[in-house]
Amino acid sequence: MTSSSPALSLRAPPVRARGVLVERYAPLATMVIAIVAIWYVAAIAMNWALVRDAFEREETPYTISDVLAGTMDAERPLLPAPHQLAAAVYDSVFGYPPLAPRSLVYHALVTLSATLLGFLIGSLFGIALALMIVHSRVLERSLLPWIICSQMVPVLALAPIFIVMLGALGLHGLLPKSIISAYLCFFPVTIGMVKGFTSPDPLQIELMRTWSATPRQVLWKLRWPAAVPYLFTSLKVAISISLVGAIVAELPTGAEAGIGARLLAGSYYGQTVQLWSALVAAAILASGLIAVTALVEHGVARRMGAH
Amino acid sequence: MAKPAPERLVVDAQNISLTFETADGKVEALSNVSLQVAPGEFVSFIGPSGCGKTTMLRVIADLQQPTSGALSVNGMSAENARLARSYGYVFQAPALFPWRTIEKNLKLPLEIMGYSEAEQRQRSEHYLSLVNLKGFERKFPWQLSGGMQQRVSIARALSFDPALLLMDEPFGALDEIVRDHLNEQLLQLWKSTGKTVLFVTHSIPEAVFLSTRIVVMSPRPGRIIDVIDCGFPTDRSLEIRETPEFLKVAQRVRIGLRAGHSYDE
Repeated sequence: MTSSSPALSLRAPPVRARGVLVERYAPLATMVIAIVAIWYVAAIAMNWALVRDAFEREETPYTISDVLAGTMDAERPLLPAPHQLAAAVYDSVFGYPPLAPRSLVYHALVTLSATLLGFLIGSLFGIALALMIVHSRVLERSLLPWIICSQMVPVLALAPIFIVMLGALGLHGLLPKSIISAYLCFFPVTIGMVKGFTSPDPLQIELMRTWSATPRQVLWKLRWPAAVPYLFTSLKVAISISLVGAIVAELPTGAEAGIGARLLAGSYYGQTVQLWSALVAAAILASGLIAVTALVEHGVARRMGAH
Repeated sequence: MAKPAPERLVVDAQNISLTFETADGKVEALSNVSLQVAPGEFVSFIGPSGCGKTTMLRVIADLQQPTSGALSVNGMSAENARLARSYGYVFQAPALFPWRTIEKNLKLPLEIMGYSEAEQRQRSEHYLSLVNLKGFERKFPWQLSGGMQQRVSIARALSFDPALLLMDEPFGALDEIVRDHLNEQLLQLWKSTGKTVLFVTHSIPEAVFLSTRIVVMSPRPGRIIDVIDCGFPTDRSLEIRETPEFLKVAQRVRIGLRAGHSYDE
């Protein structure tokens, strides 16, 4: 009995673990395979005319399989094939020292710094606005319409104005980009935190009253902790918007560095592979940022007794 | 019963009235309610919904203000009594703070009132054992049953040692067996602490079992229609509910409730 049970326990878990793994990752893997397959078909279809025309211009004889091979590694394809893109991303990440201007890591870091600073400014500003709105009806009525209006103006139109104005004030580089990023990302934080600060149960508020708690105590011991779940929901939206803001802000600056700069240069010179590499970098950055936020959320929720 | 001097009364309410303005016109939640409560009494308010029993408790707690009438709590105005933290309030729902452990929930009023760290620890320990919840300090509220959560909320109301305990149907959401058990525990608690308790309930046996006095109320307008003394021995157990004396008092409460009921709903 005692001798057989360790052997059993050694054998049993991997089977169950594999079942869980399959259950968790099979749908995801299926989707990835489907997307890659569609992507290859699309790459062949979209690059076909391009490659055929090139053969005909050079007046060299060609077969269908020549064209097919050509669609997979055209120099400026309409749609780069997945393996072509993967190779380009790999090359621009590992092919250069991380801080070289041709390295994708360098550009990602430039955008990341603007994103993080913008996210910090925007979140703090968003929380401050929510606090004011929750504590004063007058402020709610006077601020809320402006806050909503601010988000109806397309940031693509606003960004150049900001850059020029801040440039005239002597602000260049990181800060103007961060401000545009903050301008976009404060909004979900404000909306979420207004909801969060007003989420406590009326009974909890009355309890605080029976203990004659000060408004400050009601804020720190009740409203703030009650708002934490809303905070993280907002932050996850805000951090991806910050990234979009930082990239958009890199477009009108002339953009010597950053993911936005790579996008601009790529489209300017028809370097579709570079363009797509920058997109992949932005996607990886966004997923990474959201994952980190979710991780912090998970840790905080556990400490606050979530189950 | 010899009436104590007015300045020694825990609650002294004279002709309290409270009128709400609603979309359908005025509602008289309380009409000329007068009540004196001496220290150490256990007074239950019983009556159908809308009779103003909860409103009366909220007025005493300064959670609502009467339209007219004079009210003193612990010899002060209701507002000053609240500011002086003279009472602990227990709602029908435990209203625990879900992100705090049981111990930290108990400490919350103490933190707010500025007790020292050592005092907080000592008091939370004392009151948790008083409601038989030793060993649950580090649990979160969702890990406790409804009855246990309500015991935490009672311990929390007692933690800063107020002279007056206001309880608004604290066991209303619990099942019969848990309720019986908590009734016995509450009686023990009342005996050992000597608090004055005002207790709102829907249940006749609960009111008769717990109280030294039962205030029977009636709706539209909310008013007192009978006040019944019931002085059972302080070491009573649940078995007392089968005795003729108990049933007699319960019968009188029932007659009072029936007389005040308008049966128009």
